[in-house]
Amino acid sequence: MQITSPTFKQNAYEALRDEQLQKALGNVRSGFIDKRVKAMETLPEFDRLRDNARAIKDHTLQHLDLYLEAYEAKVRAAGGHVHWAETAEQARDIILDICRTAEARTVTKGKSMVTEEIGLNDFLERHDIRPVETDLGEYIIQLRGEHPSHIIAPAVHLNKEQVEADFRRVHRHLPVARDLSEPEALLGEARRVLRSEYFAADVGITGANFLVAETGTSMIVTNEGNGDLTQILPRVHVVVASIEKIVPTLEDAAQILRVLARSATGQDMSVYTTLSTGQRRPGDPDGPEEYHVVLLDNGRSAMLGTEFQDMLRCIRCGACMNHCPVYHAVGGHAYGWVYPGPMGAVLTPSLIGIDKSGHLPNASTFCGRCESVCPMRIPLPKMMRHWREREFERGLNPATQRYGLKLWAFFAKRPALYRLATYIAIPALALFGGSKRRFRALPLAGGWTRHRDFPAPEPRTFMQQMRDRGTFAAGGRS
Amino acid sequence: MSAREAILAKVRGSLGASPDDAARAAAVAERLKKAPKGIIPGRGQLPRPARVALFCAMAEKLFATVERVKNASAVPKAVAAYLRGHNLPASLRLGADGRFSGMPWDRQKTLQLKHGPSDGDDDAGLSYATAAVAETGTLLMTSGKDNPTTINFLPEHHIVVVDAADIEGDLEAALGKIREGYGKGQMPRTVNLISGPSRSGDIEQKLVLGAHGPRALHIIVVGG
Repeated sequence: MQITSPTFKQNAYEALRDEQLQKALGNVRSGFIDKRVKAMETLPEFDRLRDNARAIKDHTLQHLDLYLEAYEAKVRAAGGHVHWAETAEQARDIILDICRTAEARTVTKGKSMVTEEIGLNDFLERHDIRPVETDLGEYIIQLRGEHPSHIIAPAVHLNKEQVEADFRRVHRHLPVARDLSEPEALLGEARRVLRSEYFAADVGITGANFLVAETGTSMIVTNEGNGDLTQILPRVHVVVASIEKIVPTLEDAAQILRVLARSATGQDMSVYTTLSTGQRRPGDPDGPEEYHVVLLDNGRSAMLGTEFQDMLRCIRCGACMNHCPVYHAVGGHAYGWVYPGPMGAVLTPSLIGIDKSGHLPNASTFCGRCESVCPMRIPLPKMMRHWREREFERGLNPATQRYGLKLWAFFAKRPALYRLATYIAIPALALFGGSKRRFRALPLAGGWTRHRDFPAPEPRTFMQQMRDRGTFAAGGRS
Repeated sequence: MSAREAILAKVRGSLGASPDDAARAAAVAERLKKAPKGIIPGRGQLPRPARVALFCAMAEKLFATVERVKNASAVPKAVAAYLRGHNLPASLRLGADGRFSGMPWDRQKTLQLKHGPSDGDDDAGLSYATAAVAETGTLLMTSGKDNPTTINFLPEHHIVVVDAADIEGDLEAALGKIREGYGKGQMPRTVNLISGPSRSGDIEQKLVLGAHGPRALHIIVVGG
């Protein structure tokens, strides 16, 4: 997909003026947060499970090479095939090769962010293979030629009227007079249309929430059942998963499952958690005859051992974006690539480069809600700061920002000068602020005052006020 | 270098790990062998009757319907009554599970049994669960000719029989039943953990039942 992260500011500007989007984003603000709180409150062990989930992933990442080897051996022992892909391009070629060998014309897909990451759908289409997204949200955005705006609710940026218009535009074979005014009717229509696709498909492609080294099992977690129909009806099942999806044992997967759905949708468990190991066994009446796993690196191995390693604990629940004031304001598409919100602000620079995505780690108020709700306790704001540092080191941020920071640093490193400057500037600002104590315009602050007034400071500096109160003399207590 | 070798080398390089580090290998081998249990929520740790009651309550919260029967011979009558109650044809898709063949289906004269995997045209399918989880109201199904996986997903109504004795307190205990049945580290092709009927909230976050899987899930708990 085309990367539009470099124009984040323009994207955000347009998003804020998009009435349909703003209406739809109201559903994020009202829905996810309360549901998560309710699920958490009924599980007293929730925070201890988060600690344990973090420990499991940390242990796994420290031994990732060994768990990958153990996992691979188990998949092979169960009759499955494991393919390794260093890059998105390699992964696409492997998948195309599997599809061609299967003489596939139609491929059904379960919801998978990693196949978005490697741009699989466009690639398959260019090679005359028709990919059909089967998750309701993914199906809708595929009809619209869009990409997911949220990692678990891909069509969260849309309203039902827009979906109705798309269904009427595409499902031409259905009666015009049908009622599609409610989500029930829209879902029913998608269900009927997609049923025949599952049976027509030659290959089914899913992602994976977990890969279990102990058993060589891939796991998917869904609510609709589309992922299961995608993987049991076609002759070939292909799992595409990035290397950090590994967990050691079924017990470890069970621990992380307990925090996954609760953090994502506020469910204790998603409706379907499916464990797949190898292909159909002798005597099995259904299931795929071939089972392939494509293990994708695409930049993950380079994150290990760096200040971004913790990001590899991410289980893609979406809690960070569900609680993010920036995501609430602009939605997911503004972020300009596959992964939006706080997790995207950290992961995207790792995967496509900070030169293309420098705005993302800056699009944060550092309110800290993302870290506070992350089930894997990923220090997202800290890592966004790391990216800002790297951006500064490489001279990627705008000149005004760089010189501004250097100017500020010059004074900050010289306390006497700093105090003198504020001693002069603060009362002057307070004076010019007038009786309303606000500025409608201010030199060098146009970016701020174009949208809102700049508040005038108190007439005396912080240091002066403290001295007057005798705070310093009293050892810090007033 | 193959992609496999390249990825493993990069992982080791980033971690500063040697491929010959015996201590790392031992730590991994031990964890895989012992599969230590983590934190087990207290919620499901109950004596059998309370555990079964919790399972039923949790499943109902997920919009499954639950009924309890005294013994396996009462299942055919319960199934026939469910179909009638929902105005469904007296026709049922099911697998070759030996526990079904011992049931008195002949007493349900009009009920037609269709054996084998679902072809997508079944109004109702019947499966026997391998285990269940009281903690979350979850059913654990294993694939095979006894209970074909397609029956879990294609019929409009999915009826699942579970023995009360197979209802465990927590997910780990239910997964342990697979180890008992298949051996440590071995798995059937597919294990389905099912928590309620299928649903989607993809349009305006409004929960709608009956997405791509069954619209209704009916659970028959056998015994106490």
